[in-house]
Amino acid sequence: MTTTTRLHPTRRLILQGAASVALIGLGNLPFAAGPARAAANDKYPEEAFKQKNEADAIKALYGKTAEPSDKVKLDAPEIAENGGVVPVSVTTTLDKVTSISFLVAENPFALAASYKFVDGTIPAVANRLKMAKSTKLVAIVEADGKLYSAAKDVKVTVGGCGG
Amino acid sequence: MASSIRVRATSNGDITEVQALIQHPMDTGLVKNPAGELIPAHYIQQLKFEWNGKDVFVADWGTAVSKDPYVKFSFKGAKKGDELKISWTDNKGGSDTTTAKIA
Repeated sequence: MTTTTRLHPTRRLILQGAASVALIGLGNLPFAAGPARAAANDKYPEEAFKQKNEADAIKALYGKTAEPSDKVKLDAPEIAENGGVVPVSVTTTLDKVTSISFLVAENPFALAASYKFVDGTIPAVANRLKMAKSTKLVAIVEADGKLYSAAKDVKVTVGGCGG
Repeated sequence: MASSIRVRATSNGDITEVQALIQHPMDTGLVKNPAGELIPAHYIQQLKFEWNGKDVFVADWGTAVSKDPYVKFSFKGAKKGDELKISWTDNKGGSDTTTAKIA
């Protein structure tokens, strides 16, 4: 009696356990990258901001390279009188955007700002950046796991380093 | 002390447009003061906008963001009267938080 009553719950437990493991395993597969990436993304990317050139900063931030895309629209003045305050913005028609970053190639540290987007946040951002001198400005959009970029040259008449 | 954060969040149908202006020196650590000494780096590293218990927009900033930073973005789902929580932290451990009602 005792053996049978014991046996059943145990067997059921094992079966349930196996079933739920299978379910979790299957269910998680498509989303596995999602939560892990979100958690990693929550941290301030200290290393990326320390990189001097633009390619290293992109690699440190995203771990991959970007391809130019006309779906990324970067808006910045052609001539900036004051390099300390240059209004720049990015909009994109790409779907599933998770991040937009700005890099100022000629600055001491290339990465200027990086923004994270969730579902429901419009993939567009405007901000103001410092530019040490005339420079190439690069915008990176991360969409559906891929990187897309747009670049523009900005002429700076008075550098933004205060010196 | 008055908040360092000024926010305007306006609802336009389903889309809420958010503009924020923060008072902060955003010192790069590369500029000297008149006495010739380097002014230590002092800049905002992370700025978060939280609505309905989740971060709708997170900004990671380096020293190249202008003094008294400005940022603009939009998101879907919020209604007039909803609260938006804004908070920043800087590299010296400073921080500030405020809430804004969506108008």
